[in-house]
Amino acid sequence: MAKRTVQTSEITEKVKQLCTSASWDLDDDLITSIKEGLRVEESPTGKQILEQILENARISRETKLPSCQDTGFAIIFLEIGQDVCFEGGDLNEAVHEGVRQGYGEAYLRKSIVDDPAIDRKNTRDNTPAVIHTEIVKGDRVKIVLAAKGGGSENMSGVAMLKPADGIEGVRRFVIERVKKAGGNPCPPIIVGVGIGGTFEKCALLAKKALLRPLGSHHPDKRYAAFETELLEEINASGIGPQGLGGRVTALAVHVETFPCHIASLPAAVNVNCHASRHKEAII
Amino acid sequence: MKRVSAPLSDDVVEDLRAGDEVLISGVIYAARDAAHKRMVDLLSKGEPLPFDIKGQVIYYAGPSPTRPGEVIGSAGPTTSYRMDPYAPVLIQNGLKGMIGKGQRTEPVVEAMKRFKAVYFAAVGGAGALIARAVKSNKIVAYEELGPEAVRMLEVADFPVIVAQDCHGGDLFVEGVRKYGRPFP
Repeated sequence: MAKRTVQTSEITEKVKQLCTSASWDLDDDLITSIKEGLRVEESPTGKQILEQILENARISRETKLPSCQDTGFAIIFLEIGQDVCFEGGDLNEAVHEGVRQGYGEAYLRKSIVDDPAIDRKNTRDNTPAVIHTEIVKGDRVKIVLAAKGGGSENMSGVAMLKPADGIEGVRRFVIERVKKAGGNPCPPIIVGVGIGGTFEKCALLAKKALLRPLGSHHPDKRYAAFETELLEEINASGIGPQGLGGRVTALAVHVETFPCHIASLPAAVNVNCHASRHKEAII
Repeated sequence: MKRVSAPLSDDVVEDLRAGDEVLISGVIYAARDAAHKRMVDLLSKGEPLPFDIKGQVIYYAGPSPTRPGEVIGSAGPTTSYRMDPYAPVLIQNGLKGMIGKGQRTEPVVEAMKRFKAVYFAAVGGAGALIARAVKSNKIVAYEELGPEAVRMLEVADFPVIVAQDCHGGDLFVEGVRKYGRPFP
C-alpha cells in the first residue's frame, strides 16, 4: 500500500481555520437544544438568561466576535491513518503554529500561562495546545478541535471508586459533582462521563464523551438508559440557567466506557458549559 | 427592571434584592484573579490601589482582544468564587458591587452584609451581547497581565441580575428550593 504524504503546512492551515470558526460559529444542534430548553423552562429569570444566550449566539455569528471571551485552551485530537506520512516539519509544532496563527489573527484571547503553580506568566499566543494523537487504519488525517473554557473545566473530576460502588456509585459521584458546581460552569451544561479504563484513560473518556453529537446515546442500552436517568436527575436539581434556579440545568449527558481492572471502577466527569465549541476537518 | 448608576451608594445597595433585574450604567472596573492578588497585597502593605475603590463596582472579566475600530472584545463574566479569597478585604475597604457568575461563599456574603455590598450575576458566555453595553475601555493597571489587566469600563444598560444581596437574599439557594423536584 503506497504511503500518502501530507504537508504539515496543511495541518497548520486547517488548525488555524478550526480555531477561528469555533469561536463564533456555535453548532446548529446546540442552538436547537437551547431553543428547546427555552420552551420548557419555567423560571422567568431562567428564560431571560436563555434568551440572552440565543441573542448572543446570533450576534456572534453575524459579527464573528467570539461568543464567549474565554476562547479556551485549544485541545486538538489527531486521528492519523497509519498509511499517512508527514512532510515539511515537526507535526506537533505545526499544530501549535496553527493555534498561534488562529488565536492571533482572529483576536482570540491568550489564556495560557507557562509554569502553572509559581510564576504563571502568560505565553501570549495561546500555545501550547494540548494534543491527543491516535493512529487508526487508512490514509486520512482527522483533526478535531475542542476549544475548552476554564470555568467548566474547573468543575470536572475523577474518582477511583471501588467495584462494590457499582453504577450507583458512579451516579452518586456525577450528581454530587454537578450539584456542588451549581452555577459555576455556566449551566445549561453538557456533561461528559467516563467509566472504566485507568486513571488517565477515564478522564480522556469523559472529554471524548463531550465530542459526541448532542444527545446521542451509548450503543449499550443499559448505559444509554443511565445517560437518560442522569440527565433527568440533573434537571430535577433546580439549579437552572446560570445556577439561578430553573428546570434546564443540562442539555445532554454522554457516557463513554472502557474495560477496567478487576480492582477498580474509575469514574470521571468533564463538564462543558453551554458554549460547546467543537470543529473538525478531514485531510 | 431597576436602573442603577455606578459607583454605588449604600442606599442603592440596600434597595437591591436577590432576583431584581438591573441595568447598570456608569463606570465599573474589570479585574480578576491576578489583579486581585496584587491589590490585596497592596492593601496589606498599606499602599494605595490603582484606583479609589470606595463605592466602586468590580466586574470579574478578562475580555478577548479588541478588534480595530471596536471598543472592547468579547466581554462576558468569569467565575466569581475564585475571587472569594480577596473580596472580603476589598469590601471592607469600600467596594460596593461585584459582577460575575456563580455562587459566592459565606465569608463574602458576611462581608456584604456587614459593610453593605451587592453581588450581581451577568450571563456567562454572553460575551458578544455584553460587549455592546461597553462604551469605553481603558487599561488602568497591570497591562503586562494581558487579559488579566485592570480596566476602567464605561457601561450603559449592562443587564445583570441581583444574585446575592446585603440582606442575606440568595437567588442560587432560592432558585434550587423553588425549582428543585424530588428524584426519582
